[in-house]
Amino acid sequence: MESSPLNYKNKIMIAPDKDHAALANEFNKDEQRVDWHDETLWWVRQKRDNAVKKLPEWEELREAGSQIKNNVLGNLNYYLQQFETNAKANGVHVHWALDAKEHNEIVLDLLLSKGINKIVKSKSMLTEECNLNDYLLDNGVNVIDSDLGEFIVQLANEHPSHIVLPCIHKKKEEIGELFHQHLGTPSGNSDPIFLTETARQHLRETFLARKAALTGVNFAVAETGEFVVCTNEGNADMGAHLADIHIASMGIEKIIPERKHLGVFLRLLTRSATGQPITTYSSHFKKPRSGASIHIIIVDNGRSKQLGREDFRNSLKCIRCGACMNTCPVYRRSGGHSYHSAIAGPIGSILAPNLDMEKHADLPFASTLCGSCTNVCPVKIDIHDQLYKWRQVIVKNGHAPLAKNAALSVMTKILSSPVLYKVAGKLGRLTMKWVPLVVNNRFNPWYKQRELPEVPKNSFGEWYKKNRNHESKDK
Amino acid sequence: MSSRDELLKAVAENQPMNFPLPEIEFLDSECIYLAETFINVLTSIGGAVVLIENLMEIETYILEKFKKSDRIVTTIPAIKWMAELIPATSIPPHALSNVDFAIIDTHCAVAENGAVWVTEKGIVNRALPFICQHLAVVVNARDIVSNMHSAYNLIGTDDYGYGTFISGPSKTADIEQSLVLGAHGPRSMTIFLIM
Amino acid sequence: MKVGLFVPCYVDQFYPGAAIATLQLLEKLGVDVQYPSRQTCCGQPMANSGFEHLTNGCNELFIENFSGCDYIVCPSGSCVLHIKHHLHSEKNEVKAAGIRSKVYELVEFLTDVLKITNLEAKFPYKVGLHQSCHGQRGLHLSQMTELMAPAFSKPRYLLDMVSGLEIMPLDRPDECCGFGGTFCVAEEAVSVKMGKDRVADHIKNGVEYITAADLSCLMHMEGILRRQGSPLKVIHIAEILNGE
Repeated sequence: MESSPLNYKNKIMIAPDKDHAALANEFNKDEQRVDWHDETLWWVRQKRDNAVKKLPEWEELREAGSQIKNNVLGNLNYYLQQFETNAKANGVHVHWALDAKEHNEIVLDLLLSKGINKIVKSKSMLTEECNLNDYLLDNGVNVIDSDLGEFIVQLANEHPSHIVLPCIHKKKEEIGELFHQHLGTPSGNSDPIFLTETARQHLRETFLARKAALTGVNFAVAETGEFVVCTNEGNADMGAHLADIHIASMGIEKIIPERKHLGVFLRLLTRSATGQPITTYSSHFKKPRSGASIHIIIVDNGRSKQLGREDFRNSLKCIRCGACMNTCPVYRRSGGHSYHSAIAGPIGSILAPNLDMEKHADLPFASTLCGSCTNVCPVKIDIHDQLYKWRQVIVKNGHAPLAKNAALSVMTKILSSPVLYKVAGKLGRLTMKWVPLVVNNRFNPWYKQRELPEVPKNSFGEWYKKNRNHESKDK
Repeated sequence: MSSRDELLKAVAENQPMNFPLPEIEFLDSECIYLAETFINVLTSIGGAVVLIENLMEIETYILEKFKKSDRIVTTIPAIKWMAELIPATSIPPHALSNVDFAIIDTHCAVAENGAVWVTEKGIVNRALPFICQHLAVVVNARDIVSNMHSAYNLIGTDDYGYGTFISGPSKTADIEQSLVLGAHGPRSMTIFLIM
Repeated sequence: MKVGLFVPCYVDQFYPGAAIATLQLLEKLGVDVQYPSRQTCCGQPMANSGFEHLTNGCNELFIENFSGCDYIVCPSGSCVLHIKHHLHSEKNEVKAAGIRSKVYELVEFLTDVLKITNLEAKFPYKVGLHQSCHGQRGLHLSQMTELMAPAFSKPRYLLDMVSGLEIMPLDRPDECCGFGGTFCVAEEAVSVKMGKDRVADHIKNGVEYITAADLSCLMHMEGILRRQGSPLKVIHIAEILNGE
């Protein structure tokens, strides 16, 4: 029996006027929950560490992955054409979409032309980016997400909060309740084994019944025209092998040059993502099976623009492992939904401003620039450097809040002048010492949960003048 | 201009200078204890290994683990007397939806991650290793290679229509990172290892 | 060698003790230290907020103050990293390049330039070493847990020379404290949560003093500790090495 609970249109939109800081503030109201979220993801980071320790050649592998992807970016036009030629020779249809809208239209067209109005999907962050599910629902096509994590967020009418662990923000009790509401499981049952079995039975019906399956693409090999889809659950394969039409959506940057390079990337991907040596299934689709068809949709949606940005093009090397999110101390304590973007965390923060600088102007600032992300990235994207550079671009393009503009102009004046600096410093310290209420109040965000530093009698400059004056070399 | 041409033009205009491809041959490694590593890795990720001397021993396993009423299939002609042989002619994948146990074989297994490589030719029907409730793969120890680079060397330029690396039973940890075996694919995966 | 002492703006104003300790320590080691009194700030607060284009004034002032030195030493990893990567000048790029190549954070100056092998210092306490991110990942003061590479730690090397000092292991040896510049107020909730988790790690592991090479981290953690009424104190590494 086909289920009907997944007819939601227009997923819960994160309040468009709230930025990362405001959303993170909300997230932090439940400290225990933040601890749980943080510890869970830190544990995934540790699993990654344990897995990569086992490979003495790990850092060389990262360097190889990075260099291969650099080569891809420099020859992308050629590889895309090579891929298309080879895919077509294999009997695969190749479509091209300039943007999200065109991608969605192509998918809809392919389905309607075959009289299909029900589709089963496996994980594709690209389709999240394109908002495909909502578009299809608006046009009368029912979509079921078969990856368990995505199935769960679909039941909850939410967006995934992590690119690899879509419902990492959900507790099992909440998932149990969702299943009770939508699938009729007993109330209060939150046993993962029971819930997974329920999903297995329920989705098996879906796989067997649906004639169309849509998957993402982890890697597309230019040399052979084949593409690889990696899952632990086997849902991409269950969908594709039982459907008459298999649609595979890929961003232009998913290309890799040769089949043998898969050896590098498959060794890097899952160790970085979850600490496993490889996903349970790494399926290589080269030709359609007889009687069925494969359609690949190659999507730009802002990627060629990013490619042209010298400082940011390396973000296109991303293989969507999520390691940067797991290691990011800010992501772990703010949750993926605070980033109000299909892809959250450090990588999301350097991809999103390219898509909509105004909407995502806050993201590059949602970081302390600690640099941990850059170190775990399997393809050596200079993430934290790009975060810093995006800040400059965003301010130059006028997206910094007015108050910040004003405050920093004042700061600049003071710090550029030795005299003003000394005066301001002295005044500041005197104020803090004699009229602490001026700074120790609820309008000062520092003071909300922290004490201000104690005020010393003299600044170092003043001490030096008093104690070492005969040695000072004033200019 | 078509979307294709427009897209390719945008890429050509924006792409950076060429960066040469790296040599990756140095990544091939010489692992000595291939079978041992393979067994250790696979069992640590939820797979099972049964050492056998010849294919006939599989019958004992079937009799122990499965009922007479279970549907047991294979793609290996040599054991067609103990299981239903899947024909090489194309059958609809849905016809396999009630398979309890499927036994296939492979000629390439990878020690570093406990994976086996199977192609469409070997599994006959693409859905078979996913749609069955339990999966078994016959592996000859001499076909175990060290890592993925060696595996791709072995695969070479093979013109398969479909191929997949399978490493253990299907699984998920999406519910609070609790590992559950048997997501949508097989609930268990057993390697019959011929030493 | 002539060493110019660069004291970060907030250290100058709020933690002069650390700067004094830096000065005294260098002098004890036979270094001729000068303090250009017209110095202000490295420009990092503006740059990290996206206003790098406003840092010209700071840059020129920095060049004016320090281009005559053989080395510039500063008790702050983040300030040194900023100068190393971002000090530029339209008028004086040669001088700027010169400064970038000779600016050192205190710890790395002691280990890499002075190459000291012992210290007359005593600090009989349980110490937690906080690895300030810019010093660790930016200046490579110590190895990072994310990288599969040989372990080393320059601050640890120096602290091991201090008698009586016991370094306590931490659960997460190199997680960020959450200060992050203007992040500490712009993203107050996350910043404080990160700081609370850091100090909780030290408390759990029996630390009596948290030390680091960056006072921004310490200022942030100290603010949290004092609000919690905790007896745990913070101290800049210069003050430990100087033997106070």
